[in-house]
Amino acid sequence: MSQPSVVAAPQPTQPLNWKRFFSLDNRYIAPMFITCILIAGHLSFGILESYKKTGIAIVASIVTELILGRIFTGKWPNIASAYITGISVGILVRSPAFWPYLLCSVISIMSKYVLRVKGRHIWNPSNFGISVLLFLAPAAVAGLSIQWGNYLLPMIVVWILGSITIARLHRFHITGTYVACFIAFAFLRSFLTGNPWQSEIAPLTGPMYQLFIFFMITDPKTTVRTTRWQCIVVAIVALVETVLRLEQVVYAPFYALFIVGPVALLIEMWLDSRKTVAVRVAT
Amino acid sequence: MKRGLTARIVLALVFAGLVFSPLIARRITAHRDGAKTQLDLQTALARHGFYLQEVSHAAGVNFVHQAPTLDSRLDHIMPQVASMGASVSIVDFDHDGWPDIYVTTSKEGAKNALYRNMHDGTFKDVAEEMGVADVNLAGTGVSTGAVWGDYDNDGYEDLLLIKWGKPELFHNNAGHGFTRVTEQAGLPPWINANTALWFDYDGDGLLDLFIGGYYSEDVDLWHLSSTKMMPDSFEYAKNGGRKYLFHNLGNGKFEEVSEKVGINSRRWALASVAADLHGTGHPDLFVANDYGVSELYVNDGKRFHEAGEQAGVGFAPKSGMNASFGDILNQGRYSVYVSNISEEGVLIQGNNLWVPKERASGDTLQYENLARDFGVEIGGWSFGAQFGDLNNDGTLDLYLTNGYVSLDRDKSYWYDFSKIAGGHSAIINDAKNWPAMEGRSLSGYQTKHVWLNDGSGKFVDVAQAVGVTDTYDGRAVAFADLWNRGVLDVIVANERGPLLIYKNTVTPENKWIEFELEGTKSNRSAIGAQVTVFWNGEQQSQEVSGGSGFAAQSQRRLHFGLGKFPKIEKAVVRWPSGKIQTIDAPAPNEIHVVKEPA
Repeated sequence: MSQPSVVAAPQPTQPLNWKRFFSLDNRYIAPMFITCILIAGHLSFGILESYKKTGIAIVASIVTELILGRIFTGKWPNIASAYITGISVGILVRSPAFWPYLLCSVISIMSKYVLRVKGRHIWNPSNFGISVLLFLAPAAVAGLSIQWGNYLLPMIVVWILGSITIARLHRFHITGTYVACFIAFAFLRSFLTGNPWQSEIAPLTGPMYQLFIFFMITDPKTTVRTTRWQCIVVAIVALVETVLRLEQVVYAPFYALFIVGPVALLIEMWLDSRKTVAVRVAT
Repeated sequence: MKRGLTARIVLALVFAGLVFSPLIARRITAHRDGAKTQLDLQTALARHGFYLQEVSHAAGVNFVHQAPTLDSRLDHIMPQVASMGASVSIVDFDHDGWPDIYVTTSKEGAKNALYRNMHDGTFKDVAEEMGVADVNLAGTGVSTGAVWGDYDNDGYEDLLLIKWGKPELFHNNAGHGFTRVTEQAGLPPWINANTALWFDYDGDGLLDLFIGGYYSEDVDLWHLSSTKMMPDSFEYAKNGGRKYLFHNLGNGKFEEVSEKVGINSRRWALASVAADLHGTGHPDLFVANDYGVSELYVNDGKRFHEAGEQAGVGFAPKSGMNASFGDILNQGRYSVYVSNISEEGVLIQGNNLWVPKERASGDTLQYENLARDFGVEIGGWSFGAQFGDLNNDGTLDLYLTNGYVSLDRDKSYWYDFSKIAGGHSAIINDAKNWPAMEGRSLSGYQTKHVWLNDGSGKFVDVAQAVGVTDTYDGRAVAFADLWNRGVLDVIVANERGPLLIYKNTVTPENKWIEFELEGTKSNRSAIGAQVTVFWNGEQQSQEVSGGSGFAAQSQRRLHFGLGKFPKIEKAVVRWPSGKIQTIDAPAPNEIHVVKEPA
């Protein structure tokens, strides 16, 4: 997951007023929200493998970002994005060992600096790191795949807060489209496989999906530009996920985004470059 | 520009190296594991000091566990629901000095077996004539485990049979037969139990009884009132069976006192074990729960206090399947082994080896999980495990069996299992929401683990090398010196599979000593008595157990390996009554029968 980077327009100097005092820079909304989920989940149900492992993931992510940002941009980067990546790795990766948390965070952040096309990274960092680790180290790593506690209330609270947060960042249409598609495809899978529809819907009720739909698929840096195409791309993610699920791939959502996300971006870049060439030719 | 390009190239190379490092590490590990091939007896003896040969048929034991057929509404997931019930317990029921074997089956109408040791390398099933065979009658549930203890101190071990159904208590009539005394004892009409143990929690010299429920006791698995009987969470479930503590009143009756003494939980208990972990003289109780955290009930002599989270063992929820104690570092302190689930690519819980931390006097007991450091973490879908010195080198080794449902080798149910396991309680709780298994395996055909303790905190898996090559769906493991040879043989009960007897051959260079204890003021079975042997500057403690592992009970006789050239200084027996008895320089390579002094 990465920082939804909505850049606030420069404001003229104004006297302090209460509304402004309590308003938040959008850059910090997502980190605060995911921190709230983490703290609430852990205090309620002990969701973390351990404090140390989550700490390693966060620190490794931030340190990698600081070092690489300094080296390759010459500036100290904002660490909000790295913080989200680290905390996501801490929650979503499940392993009795420490090294997967370290490795996953490091390669997630590194992917932003290495896997770039036309100055833009094309994979969501934590999606890349987690997918790679799940695929290449299945004997040591699993993904979060269990429910946090048995209660409906925490889930509803996460859904409401997540929706508000993501709406404020003007990306609710992505989450909404994905959820709608997931549910539709769940019924399709149920029809095709004969499995109870409840079992096909079940993953959506788990915390892994709450993180996936609010933070991973909405990452502005790795989604296409227009609202319409964002909805189309995320629908394709859900479709590819369904294909993978029919092949009984356990971590289908991660792999679906891993496949579709970069392809969508590359197509967008290609179309942009064609437009640019066309404009140049025309002028 | 050039400097920037160089930096990017270096970064790309490092990145590629890191991305593919798990793959490289895996290749190296696979290559190393490939070297773990089966050895012949002589080579295994020379290299590891022991060899295990499966001899059940030669010993006259041809027992195959059969699974029950539950309510038809569970048909679609029957193999995974009806997946427990194979158990084994060791008892010298006729007091002839030779260990016998009791083993359960779980098919309605099928018979359990009591294998009497014939002293000539063979066993004979006498369950029928002794009256403990036909115990799986329709309407009464089916067997899931058995533990033995002399509850009336008459010198003969009595049988507590647990079931998904009606628990049964059988009084041993001086080794000539058994009388069913369930009603007189006051046991409840139905418990869906998977674990039980005998222990004298209040030190009154009478064995009390702990039983842990799995499914709720109001669920009749043959006549479901509702299909909402599955766990309400994969790791936080609290809708399982209740736990029972039956206080022995001494007149053949038991009083249920669990709530009164602080045991009040509905986690899904699968294994339990009791030992004095705090050195207070009172046995503490450790319970491994499926779908949740383990529980540690600290005994202050009057009440139990659940201290799992405080002690570190009850924090991270997993799928506890086994609980066994062992003084693995020869420090006089017990570590606890809890088995869980690990399935490559899906779920890596890792087993727990809870090793007690050093503590100052008065500090609370705390544990840290050193399973990874010690090399006993990954064991597949793990079930029963026991500590014991298999090669008599003076350190406790670890035998772990595993495998859940072995059906079609090429089709796995894991995808569907993981899908539903992540669902909300309203979904996971209802069996009708679970996808059909359709003959698929779930962590089936797994290879077993025999971890050899090198004495310095490392265990090495030698299962294949020493002859443990079966891939049945293992459940219960018990150790016993079946033929009084000074070695620990291994008996394994498999779900829908044969009872295996691994006869142990140990290099004769390694010496041993065994203690057969009998309490007088303490309970006569001496359950809870601790023996510490001091030799060659080492010490090792073991405690007589009234049930340990998963659905198992090893022999009550304590077996110590001593290595080569042992000079035994002493053996100290701490009886449950609190009495301390010191035996100076006991001879090695002998079974010592020790009676509690008056």
